[in-house]
Amino acid sequence: MRDARALVRLLADPSACEAVADWTAVIALARAESLVGSLAWRLHGRALPPRVEALFEAARRDGEAVRVQALWEAEMARRALAPLGAPVILLKGSAYAAAGLEAGRGRSIGDLDILVPRQSLAEAEQALLAAGWEWVKEDSYDDLYYRRWMHELPPLIHRERDRMIDVHHAILPLTARPKPDMERMIGDRVELANGLSVLSPADMIVHAAAHLFADGDLAGGVRNLWDIDRLVRQFSERGFEFTVELRESAWQHDLTPAVARALRLARSLYGTPVDPLLAGQARPTDRLYRRRLLARDGWGRQRRPLTRLGFYVRSHWLRMPPLMLARHLWVKARRR
Amino acid sequence: MRHIFRLQVGPVAFRIGSEWRQPVEALRRLYAGYPEPDGACDFTVRLEAERPWRRWLRPSVAMRGDYVLPDAAPLPLAQGLLAAEMGMNLQMALGQKNFLLLHAASLERDGRGLLMTGHSGAGKSTLAALLGERGWRFMGDEFALLGLDDGSLHPFPRVVSLKNESLALFGGVDPERLGPVLTGTPKGTIRHLRPEAGAIARMTESTRPALILFPRFGRELEPATREVGAAEAFMRLTQASTNYVALGELGFGALTSLVSSLPARAIDYSDAEQAEDLIERLWSEA
Repeated sequence: MRDARALVRLLADPSACEAVADWTAVIALARAESLVGSLAWRLHGRALPPRVEALFEAARRDGEAVRVQALWEAEMARRALAPLGAPVILLKGSAYAAAGLEAGRGRSIGDLDILVPRQSLAEAEQALLAAGWEWVKEDSYDDLYYRRWMHELPPLIHRERDRMIDVHHAILPLTARPKPDMERMIGDRVELANGLSVLSPADMIVHAAAHLFADGDLAGGVRNLWDIDRLVRQFSERGFEFTVELRESAWQHDLTPAVARALRLARSLYGTPVDPLLAGQARPTDRLYRRRLLARDGWGRQRRPLTRLGFYVRSHWLRMPPLMLARHLWVKARRR
Repeated sequence: MRHIFRLQVGPVAFRIGSEWRQPVEALRRLYAGYPEPDGACDFTVRLEAERPWRRWLRPSVAMRGDYVLPDAAPLPLAQGLLAAEMGMNLQMALGQKNFLLLHAASLERDGRGLLMTGHSGAGKSTLAALLGERGWRFMGDEFALLGLDDGSLHPFPRVVSLKNESLALFGGVDPERLGPVLTGTPKGTIRHLRPEAGAIARMTESTRPALILFPRFGRELEPATREVGAAEAFMRLTQASTNYVALGELGFGALTSLVSSLPARAIDYSDAEQAEDLIERLWSEA
C-alpha cells in the first residue's frame, strides 16, 4: 500500500470494507493519521473479520474514555477561568465533543485548545498558572516568539493531570497574511449549557480550513478534512441558510481561498457535498495538495519527502514575512 | 518494508518490519515454534534507520510503529533484536486497550494464576523464568494482561530478557532456546530465553489469578514475607500499569475487583532458592 487512499476510501464509503485485503495496513494508516476511532465508528455494524472487529471495538471504547477525559479537562479550564467573566471558546476536538457533533465521534483529542479574547489573555494566563498549569518550554526565544507573533500562548501543562492546554486569542498567527476578524468570531460564538462556548457552525469550518491551509504544513490533513466533511454534512442539513453563513463567514474572516480549497479537497477525498460557488473551480495545485495529504504508506510511514518539504517551507512562508522567516529558521537551525 | 516478521503472542499479533535483514532473522530463530497470526495484526513495529544515511553508515535502529515515543533512543544494529523487543513493548504500553496491562510477571499452576510485580531489579523476570523451568506454566515476564470484563489473566509469553548476573542461573537450558548475548545495551548485558514449549502451546489458555506478590531482591535482605492490604496493592498496581489511566472507569473496575478478591504479599529475598521456597509456601496458603 503506497499511499493513504485505502483509509480515505473506507471513511468515504464503508461498504468498501468487503474488499479490504490488508487490514493491518489500514489500521497502521488509521493510527498514523489519528483516525482509528473515527474509522471504528464509521465501520460499526459492518461484517468485519473477528480480529478487526475486536480491535475496532477497543478503539470505540477508548474513544469514549478520551471524550470523557477531554470534557473533564475543559471543565477544569472553565473553573479556573470562570472568575474572569470572559468568554471561553473550545476549539477543535474538544469543541466537537462538547457540542455533541458527529465530527467528535471517536475523534482523537490531544491538547485542550481554547480561544479567549485578546484583552483577557494576560488574566487567563495568570488564572491558569494559579490553578496548577505550568510552562512546557523554558526557552526564552520560543517564549518571546510565541508572545510577539503567535496567536496563542506558549503551551502549558497541568502539573497533576499532565494534560496540555493551548490558549489562543486568534485563529492564525498575527504575522499571517489573512486577518480574521476575531472580535466578530468571538461575538458569533454559540454558548453551551455548561458555560463554555464553541464557534458558530460556519466559523468551525473556517477555523479548520485556516488551520489546514493558511497555517500548517498539511500534517494531519487527512483527519482535518474528515472533520470538515462531517461538519459540512451535519450543518448542511439546515439547508441553504448554512451555505450563506459559510460564504459570509469565509469572506468576513479573509479566508475564502482557504475555505474554498478545504471544500474542494474534502470533496476530492470524501465526496463531501459542497457549495460550488464557494468551492470554486478546481485548481491545478489541488492535485499537489492531494498528493501531500495522501503521502503515507501501509506501514504508517510518511512518503514523498520532497512534496512534504515543499509544504513545510510553504507553511512558514505563509506564517511570516521573508526576513523574519530567515531569522527564525536561522535561530532554530543553530539550536539543533 | 523489506524484511517482515509476523508474530502471535497470546491474544496479541504483531507485524514487525525492518530495513535490515539481521533483526528479523534473529527474531525468527528466537521465536521458532510460535504461531503465525491468523488475520490482521494488532500492532505494527518498524525498525528503521534513525536518519536515512544511518541505514548504512554506523547503522542505528530507531523503534517506531503505530505508537511512538519521541525521545526513545535508537540502538546500534548489533542490538536490533532488543530494538524489536522494545518496539513491541512500546506498542503494548501505549496502544493496548483490550486488557488492563500490568508491568508484571505471570505464571500458572493447578489452574490458578500468580502475579509478580515490582520495581526494575526486583527480580520478577528472573523468578518467572526460573519457575517456568520448574513446573509452573510461564505466562509472561514483562506484561500481565488482565481481562476487563472477567478479570481473568491472559498469557503473553514473549521471550524473557535475562539481564547481567541472572544469566548464570540458566546455564542448563537447551542452547537452542537462547538468543545471542547482547553486550553494552542500555540495560547491561542481555540474553533472551524462549519459554519452554508448553508455555507456547498453551498461549491461548487464560486462568484465574489467585495470588499477587511484590518481590524485593537485595543481597543483604533477610528472607521475609508481609501481608499487603488491598489499598496498598491497588496503589502499587496503578503505578505498575501502563494503561490504567487511559482505560478510565474500566481500568478502575478491573483493578479494584482484582485486589479485593485475592491476597497480596510482599517478599524479601537474597537468592533464588530462598525466593522459590517463600513463593511455594505462600502459594500453598493462597
